[in-house]
Amino acid sequence: MTKVLAVLEEREGWLTEVAGEVMAVAAGLAEDLGGSADALLPRGEAWRDGGEGVERSGVRRLTVLVHEALASYRPEVFTAVVESAVREGGYGAVLLAATSQGKDLAARLAARLDVPLAQEIVDLAVSGGEIELVRPVYAGKALARIHLDSSPLIATIRPHAFSLEPGKSAPEIEVVEADLDPSGWATEVLAFEASDPEVPDVAEAAVVVSGGRGLKGPENWDLLEGLRAALGGDAGLGASRAVVDAGWRPHAEQVGQTGQTVAPRLYFAIGISGAVQHLAGMRTAGKIVAINRDADAPIFKIADYGIVGDLFEVVPALTREIEALRARG
Amino acid sequence: MPSWREDVRKVNIIVCVKRVPDTGTRIRIARGGSAIDPEGLRHVMNPYDEFALEAGLRTREAVGEGEVTAVSLGDAQSEETLRAALALGADRAILIEGTVTHDGLATAKVLASVIEEDRAELILLGKKAVDDDQEQVGPMLATLLGWSCASAVSQFELEGGHGSVRCARAVEGGTQYVRLPLPSVLTITKGAFEPRFASMKGIMAAKRKPLERRPAKAVASRLRLRSLELPPERSGGEFIGEGAGAVPELVRILRDEEGLI
Ligand SMILES: Cc1cc2nc3c(=O)[nH]c(=O)nc-3n(C[C@H](O)[C@H](O)[C@H](O)COP(=O)(O)OP(=O)(O)OC[C@H]3O[C@@H](n4cnc5c(N)ncnc54)[C@H](O)[C@@H]3O)c2cc1C
Ligand SMILES: Nc1ncnc2c1ncn2[C@@H]1O[C@H](COP(=O)(O)O)[C@@H](O)[C@H]1O
Repeated sequence: MTKVLAVLEEREGWLTEVAGEVMAVAAGLAEDLGGSADALLPRGEAWRDGGEGVERSGVRRLTVLVHEALASYRPEVFTAVVESAVREGGYGAVLLAATSQGKDLAARLAARLDVPLAQEIVDLAVSGGEIELVRPVYAGKALARIHLDSSPLIATIRPHAFSLEPGKSAPEIEVVEADLDPSGWATEVLAFEASDPEVPDVAEAAVVVSGGRGLKGPENWDLLEGLRAALGGDAGLGASRAVVDAGWRPHAEQVGQTGQTVAPRLYFAIGISGAVQHLAGMRTAGKIVAINRDADAPIFKIADYGIVGDLFEVVPALTREIEALRARG
Repeated sequence: MPSWREDVRKVNIIVCVKRVPDTGTRIRIARGGSAIDPEGLRHVMNPYDEFALEAGLRTREAVGEGEVTAVSLGDAQSEETLRAALALGADRAILIEGTVTHDGLATAKVLASVIEEDRAELILLGKKAVDDDQEQVGPMLATLLGWSCASAVSQFELEGGHGSVRCARAVEGGTQYVRLPLPSVLTITKGAFEPRFASMKGIMAAKRKPLERRPAKAVASRLRLRSLELPPERSGGEFIGEGAGAVPELVRILRDEEGLI
């Protein structure tokens, strides 16, 4: 019987959306292996309700490990607590979110446990008792099917990549005050400078509104911001490298081979030509909408829906139409 | 720009660089379905490693003394990548001749075995290699060596008085600032370190700079690649129409047919 551990993450004191996905994938994997799944949430202060994500997660037990040193990501502390949870719990598989925190933690954990690691998996299947993982390589220009020859199996899960059935059962919740030894904590956390907390990160957003050189200048981004706001709280902003290199937008928003690889449910490519390096970062999106005045732009080859036209007319019209839809409820 | 106090006068930096297919080339799968077809592939230095190299060069320049050593694990052709690093300003290079796999821990073990012999204050890597996209070698290497480590660093400066490095990390939701004691392993992302171009003089000088070859320690990959395939083609899209007039139909489809808005 294999036990699976889901390692969860918070942002601003709330479980991330992908934390729910990690639990659901862990619960599904445990079911396929005839085992059970638990979840572990390291956090800085007393626990409050995790909401529906937890209630329907399908994991058996959620351990909330509380210590003030866990309030922000200090890699050595997080690695130590997860490593001891894995060793003591005898877990055969450990799943984390493929976020910057999850990927950093997974790499350190794998080195500590001396096992290989698969980052950013987009699928997983069990056959004949063996687990096969699927992960994009060459920024999504190819898919690799792999097997890890070791135990425990450690993998991180790309946000939104799995299509999931909502789980059924609520976990038993256990809150534990962590007893930590601060020696060997090399990292001193000095400060955190938050970007706009209302706007989800491009890699985590369920809907992405992305702009390219067709926008002509940074001053025109309020057009995209208007559309993003109309689409609601799950929507984030993305950008092509051309506009990041021009200094119009921060690198954090860059989508593509040398930026973020994203898989939102809906991706708007606005004034973006669709260079291979851009496509590499967004081709696994659920649905792609392209708005471009050039009918031959390569972006249309992979878009599900396209409008040929001047974005300065189309985007405001689209924003108004969606706002009207929302107003009607 | 890095800046620090007077008492750091010398710094030795190792930069790990990987040879990867050019991001613009099309990937084809070789017969047998477990590797990419090397035919017609152009190769470049991993773009994130260019940032790491630039960060190393600027740090060494600002300190005044010390060496930047470029290290690559790969086959004989990785010499090209190392020559490119030398042309940009690295002082010497080490080619670790061996096989590269998708198992980042195996790579980290090989790099660690070589790096242990070379004294350095900083090891710089790219945030990720854009071929395997594993984003793991840096933190693994640091864990094996027992060094401090920060990943996804967009800017850093040495702090002489503390023997430490202050880093800005690009993470979801903002920037995290951390301080680490040296020696330290940093993985570099796009930010303050826009790469320079090689000069003619640099390219000529690179030919005379030392490039040492060492055999890779044998470490087996435990990540078994079963098959490699191209992603499913996205089914040909649908033109909704032209201009703002097409908007109502697009919104109807996204709402009624797709349930996405
Ligand atoms: C090593 C390397 C790595 C790279 N990594 C990335 C990466 O990670 N991400 C990335 O995006 N790129 C990357 N690139 C760059 C990539 O090759 C392209 O140069 C870039 O994506 C182009 O950006 P763009 O589509 O915004 O600009 P352009 O190619 O200039 O396209 C602008 C588009 O806007 C349209 N347009 C103009 N005006 C209007 C209007 N009024 N209304 C509607 N449409 C309009 C045009 O028809 C055109 O299609 C990389 C390149 C290299 C060499
Ligand atoms: N074969 C290699 N030789 C030298 N450096 C490497 C090699 N593989 C990975 N690296 C370094 O590790 C970083 C991250 O790689 P990865 O974890 O594979 O995405 C790269 O940007 C390089 O700096």
